[in-house]
Amino acid sequence: MDLSCTEDEEDFRHRLRAWLRRVLPALPPRPDPADWPARRAYDCGWQRMLHDAGYAGLHWPREAGGKGATPTQHLIFLEETERAGAPYVGANFVGLLHAGPTIAAEGTAGQRARWLPPILRGDEVWCQGFSEPEAGSDLAALRTRAVRDGDDYVVSGSKIWTSHAEVADWCELLVRTAPVTPDTPRHRGISWLALPMDAPGVTVRPLRTLAGTAEFAEVFLDEVRVPVANRVGAENDGWRVTMVTLSFERGTAFVGEVVACRRVLESLARTARANGRWDDPVLRRRLGRLAADCTALWRLTQWNVSEAQRTGGVPGVGGSVFKLRFSQVRQELYDAAAEVLGADALDAGREWVVDRLSSLSYTIAAGTSQIQRNIVAERILGLPKGR
Amino acid sequence: MDFSLTEDQRALRAGMRELMERRFPRARLRAVVDAEGGGGAAAGEGAGTGAGAVDRGLWRELGAAGFFALRLPEAAGGVGLGLPEAVLAFEEAGRALLPGPLAATHLAAGLAATGAPVAGVPVAGAAVAGAAEGEAVVTALDTAGAGHGGAVLVEHLASADAVLVLGDGDAGIRTAKEIGSSAEAVRSVDPATPLHRVPGGVAPAAAGERSSGEQGAGAGRGTAARLRREAALLTAAQQLGSAVRTVETAVAHARERVQFGRAIGAFQAVQHLCASMLVRAETARSVVYAAAVTEDPGDIAAAVLLADEAAVRNARDCLQVHGGMGFTWEADVHLHLKRAWVRAEQWQTAAAAEEELAAGLMSTGARCL
Ligand SMILES: Cc1cc2nc3c(=O)[nH]c(=O)nc-3n(C[C@H](O)[C@H](O)[C@H](O)COP(=O)(O)OP(=O)(O)OC[C@H]3O[C@@H](n4cnc5c(N)ncnc54)[C@H](O)[C@@H]3O)c2cc1C
Repeated sequence: MDLSCTEDEEDFRHRLRAWLRRVLPALPPRPDPADWPARRAYDCGWQRMLHDAGYAGLHWPREAGGKGATPTQHLIFLEETERAGAPYVGANFVGLLHAGPTIAAEGTAGQRARWLPPILRGDEVWCQGFSEPEAGSDLAALRTRAVRDGDDYVVSGSKIWTSHAEVADWCELLVRTAPVTPDTPRHRGISWLALPMDAPGVTVRPLRTLAGTAEFAEVFLDEVRVPVANRVGAENDGWRVTMVTLSFERGTAFVGEVVACRRVLESLARTARANGRWDDPVLRRRLGRLAADCTALWRLTQWNVSEAQRTGGVPGVGGSVFKLRFSQVRQELYDAAAEVLGADALDAGREWVVDRLSSLSYTIAAGTSQIQRNIVAERILGLPKGR
Repeated sequence: MDFSLTEDQRALRAGMRELMERRFPRARLRAVVDAEGGGGAAAGEGAGTGAGAVDRGLWRELGAAGFFALRLPEAAGGVGLGLPEAVLAFEEAGRALLPGPLAATHLAAGLAATGAPVAGVPVAGAAVAGAAEGEAVVTALDTAGAGHGGAVLVEHLASADAVLVLGDGDAGIRTAKEIGSSAEAVRSVDPATPLHRVPGGVAPAAAGERSSGEQGAGAGRGTAARLRREAALLTAAQQLGSAVRTVETAVAHARERVQFGRAIGAFQAVQHLCASMLVRAETARSVVYAAAVTEDPGDIAAAVLLADEAAVRNARDCLQVHGGMGFTWEADVHLHLKRAWVRAEQWQTAAAAEEELAAGLMSTGARCL
């Protein structure tokens, strides 16, 4: 049980802080959230700066072009960038956190050389095409079909809820390459493809979220030709390949936001002080309990990272415990913000109001809370498979 | 940073678990509980022998295993370990529902060893001299825990030799006899934790004696606050142990009990209760362990809140998973719930912890990993 930083880690932190102090003031103004091309340019510009300063792919293995940093250094990186108010990973989320790590773990040398450097440089943006209209929580029910034709797959079907598909160059696509038969489990017969978003037959139709902006889209695939060489992993082995990706998603993907929780809470307290609501002990105690919850999210993260470091594995099912608590606390935080704001919580121009709307997706995206509880019950607690 | 347990810490935890299972198996717990008469938990046949009395033999064995001397320097006959190790030991005690004023005796052993805080209190000083070895049973009276009219509840007073009294700023040791003279037995909700109500106005030191806060050597006015924080954390560790145990109990029952032709653990409503229990327990674990490392008051307040919540809510859910069996005296579930209620009232209440954390939001300290 050691929470202290080594000299190397402190040194890393100080150099990072100094760099952030130097570069952040020179950043261009934040783009309008509704302007996706501008958002892409902004996010990629930031990634390029990280790359040039040697911070891109910090936790990726060296063979993949990363820095091979320890999980602790990665944690320090996420903590410090968030504290300094640096931009989020934004449009580079899928590339850096899903598709990239999958290619790094499962791709051939040629595939790694083709796709990883542009992700790290902020040159190419990826999106994730997993969910379908008929396959959400039950991802293995996916129907998008890929039929072999010479050196190509011909892909037809549709994807939904694909975040920032509009501005993506590539899509990590799950397709069915073998039909479901009574004797093959549905998890077999799925393959992982890198789909170029500008291929003929790809149509993207943005969907408006309840927050008013178009964060995700429908993607229609009409006989799109994808080279067989774009398949990562063996044919029909895409489910296993994907699970590597998903465990990354539930690992350290939310660290920045955990740090942000504390910042939001402190600024809520100051606002409450200023508008007099702080005098209400019920509200004060509510914020106090949220402070405990935020501390817990941070400690859970440190615990999970240490355990992953100790066992040498990727963040595993322990991530489900974290994600359940995280999404709940995140929503409670913004509900408390609304209490601090009072009627002003109805003014979407006020700070936190749009964040409150966005927080509603936390118990749904990346595996709903119900699905996380199923995972905890069956895979951690060993309860019999439910129905 | 490596937050995981070290090999030594794992070994310590395993050793403590083994000790608890050997010396305080379920049969012992049930003997304590089932000896409780209809008249409540007052000491029956005199101090130390009645229902709910502290088992002196077990207490000595805990002492021999280093439970109370864990944090004393080796030079003083202790084990020379720190708060993280103490937290692991207390977690195991909580898991086994080991009764007795564990935190108070553990802290008194520390006071006795430093000599300073109790040096001015000769009689009581002698009474806590054997705390480290488990020869003395020391309970606590926390004046901050005063209810209506200023009265305070004290556990295991009839079994105790001495009472650690925590005042506003100072702490002291009084004999159990002194405190007991004005005490009145209460019908404790927890059959394994006899309680006495002591009227308000008890001072950390008897008239004419000096308490820790008033003397220069070794302890200042912060003594009571420090002891209260440590006691709160050690109690939170017991809550954690209980919360982990009730998850295991609920899961074991859910795998065995068959209804509608299948184990009830296959029903999603039951699965989700169990999953939420695990989330509470693991969340509490991370803050309790972290607070043991940092000893930061805010971290300890967070540990208190989340461990109390985990222990109480998990016991409730465990009860639900057990159905009618959960409502019986025979099942152990109620013992976890009742003890969790008792512990939640001790040292730092939820209200106090929440207020402390709220105040902390106004003063940001840089938080290193
Ligand atoms: C903001 C946002 C961004 C997203 N981005 C992407 C993306 O980039 N790429 C991508 O592929 N997907 C993305 N998704 C999709 C996301 O992964 C799915 O929404 C999610 O997996 C749930 O699927 P669904 O929407 O079909 O809901 P459903 O699966 O239909 O679930 C509806 C309700 O039923 C419950 N339910 C379903 N099955 C069970 C069960 N077995 N037990 C108990 N309850 C159950 C669910 O918990 C939920 O409450 C995104 C979603 C959101 C909200």
